[in-house]
Amino acid sequence: MKIAVCLKQVPDTEARLRISRDGTWIEEEDLSFVINESDECALEEALQIREAEGGEVVVFSLGPQRVQESLRKALALGADRAVHLNDAAFVGGDPVATARALGAAIAGEECDLVLTGSQSDDLGWGVTASLVAGHLGMAHAWLVMGVALDIQSRQVRVVREMEAGKNEIFRLAIPAVLEVQAGINHPRYATLKGIMQAKRKEIKAVAAADLDLDESVVGAAGSRVEILSVSFPDTGAGATMIEGDPAAAAAALVGKLRTEARVL
Amino acid sequence: MSSRVWIVTQLRDGELHPASREAIVAGRALAEALGTTADAVVMGSAVNEVAAGVASLGVSAVRVADRAELGDYVPGPYTETLLAGVADGGPEFLVFPHTYQSVDYMARVAHGWGAAVLSEVVSFAPDDEGLAWVRPILEGKLQARVRLRGEGPVVVSVQSGAFTPAEAAAETATIESQSGPAELVAERELLGIEDAGGDTVDLSAANMIVSVGRGIGGPDRMSLIEDLAAALGAEIGASRPVIDNGWLPRDRQIGSSGQTVAPKLYLAVGISGAIQHLVGMKGSGCTVAINKDPGAPIFNVSDYGIVGDLFEVVPAVTKALQESA
Ligand SMILES: Cc1cc2nc3c(=O)[nH]c(=O)nc-3n(C[C@H](O)[C@H](O)[C@H](O)COP(=O)(O)OP(=O)(O)OC[C@H]3O[C@@H](n4cnc5c(N)ncnc54)[C@H](O)[C@@H]3O)c2cc1C
Ligand SMILES: Nc1ncnc2c1ncn2[C@@H]1O[C@H](COP(=O)(O)O)[C@@H](O)[C@H]1O
Repeated sequence: MKIAVCLKQVPDTEARLRISRDGTWIEEEDLSFVINESDECALEEALQIREAEGGEVVVFSLGPQRVQESLRKALALGADRAVHLNDAAFVGGDPVATARALGAAIAGEECDLVLTGSQSDDLGWGVTASLVAGHLGMAHAWLVMGVALDIQSRQVRVVREMEAGKNEIFRLAIPAVLEVQAGINHPRYATLKGIMQAKRKEIKAVAAADLDLDESVVGAAGSRVEILSVSFPDTGAGATMIEGDPAAAAAALVGKLRTEARVL
Repeated sequence: MSSRVWIVTQLRDGELHPASREAIVAGRALAEALGTTADAVVMGSAVNEVAAGVASLGVSAVRVADRAELGDYVPGPYTETLLAGVADGGPEFLVFPHTYQSVDYMARVAHGWGAAVLSEVVSFAPDDEGLAWVRPILEGKLQARVRLRGEGPVVVSVQSGAFTPAEAAAETATIESQSGPAELVAERELLGIEDAGGDTVDLSAANMIVSVGRGIGGPDRMSLIEDLAAALGAEIGASRPVIDNGWLPRDRQIGSSGQTVAPKLYLAVGISGAIQHLVGMKGSGCTVAINKDPGAPIFNVSDYGIVGDLFEVVPAVTKALQESA
């Protein structure tokens, strides 16, 4: 089994967000970066499959230099190799442009399975991995909550999330792109041994030219969707804010729930 | 004249999915902004009645692909049917509802069609240089205004709740049958449907709910929430990360992939207010948010808000309730 995993590095949004000076993104200097939540679950799923079936897990990430940190983490968690799509030409891609590059890189590896997240926590398009599947000519499934592989028949039983607490179950032939939803598993933590081993594992840098992609079809140049500006959402009517220290605010809240809202 | 905007409706249990009505309104508004008309596409098996209903929702034509292979949703046949349709009919925009089913295959349609993708749009408006579209980013904490550049087709999905659902009008559109490829092959072999949570707790009838989010930080402090719920006589609910992390069982999840609730009082503790959570609780009578971030979107949909550390505020509220009981 050779399994490709797509990992996107995203800002940790626990921090207070500030809009960047040019107004088109957030101030990245303030932030730390992490592996996208559902992508970390995809990696965990891949590692479990490799542990059961043997084989190789190769992680792919498109992004700037800082992405290496996340790739190193993935290697420490147990991935065998990493491919870093690292080229100024890749920057600012919409899902179509990003998927074109990822698709080309993964196509070079002849994988049995491609595991990805369902949605990035920053841009949240929810479509990049399905577009990758298009490039690879593989079947795909979005919002995967269960994967059971049958190597003999080269089929995978997939549990896919539907609305309102239901899951649908189906079988697919591999190779396929399975877009994992957060919650499918509980990702492991890196061990000291894993961190030491990761230092010796390969992170291969790949540029547009290495993938035979013209710079005009990737990144911002290859994108038809462009961010003009970002802003905090309208506050709408908004809540009546209750001020004061915790005890005073709590007493005031209980009073309002009793006499104003009359819900107690 | 053929319509440049097609709205790709979705069915659920043989009827029009409610999100389709919102996509229809969005698609009609888009058509108006572009100076064209909007058609609706209905795909499924034995869908005459649904198609007739869609024909009264203010579209200029309904394109129906009615065949057995489209009875159960599988992305391949739906994608191939639409690709045959757009090759034949020549629209510029396909507008989908942003649902679990439609998003599953719309990127495949975009790929086959060579289209740009603009997902989860909440609004659009013309400005000096064309249309500017708005969509949430960073899990709803911010929103982005985006623009489409260049020529070529576009696939759009519209977020649930962003557009007012279409109502039936007096006029009805023509219904045309949409021919598709001769053969449709399902790449998924459907095996069944299961409950994700084991429906042991029904929160939909709860009078009061204390709902806990990732802000609780772990399972060890859950007693704070239990105490508050006990003081109120409330049920406990949760946002998805709390469930995904295994801090509470899945049947406590509220939101698009969990339960839909409408209690008299909904207390959101350490929940940011992402759209997937809000759709599950927006019918609540009175909403209270406790969050340390004054900019958390949950405050926009709440009646009362306290900005503060939940580890201090929640015990204080519990105490105030006990003292005033
Ligand atoms: C297809 C799909 C389906 C989904 N379905 C659902 C669903 O059904 N239900 C659902 O809820 N989500 C769902 N989600 C996830 C959703 O997008 C959000 O990620 C999720 O709702 C965020 O949960 P949260 O608010 O608890 O966490 P976060 O967004 O991380 O917010 C945590 C909040 O806690 C606050 N906080 C932290 N520490 C403290 C403290 N000490 N005191 C006070 N406040 C504190 C922070 O300021 C922050 O606002 C879905 C996502 C996808 C892609
Ligand atoms: N820059 C990237 N590098 C690697 N994988 C990515 C990248 N962007 C998106 N993906 C993958 O595509 C999924 C969906 O992303 P999105 O369409 O942005 O919501 C993510 O969960 C990742 O698995």
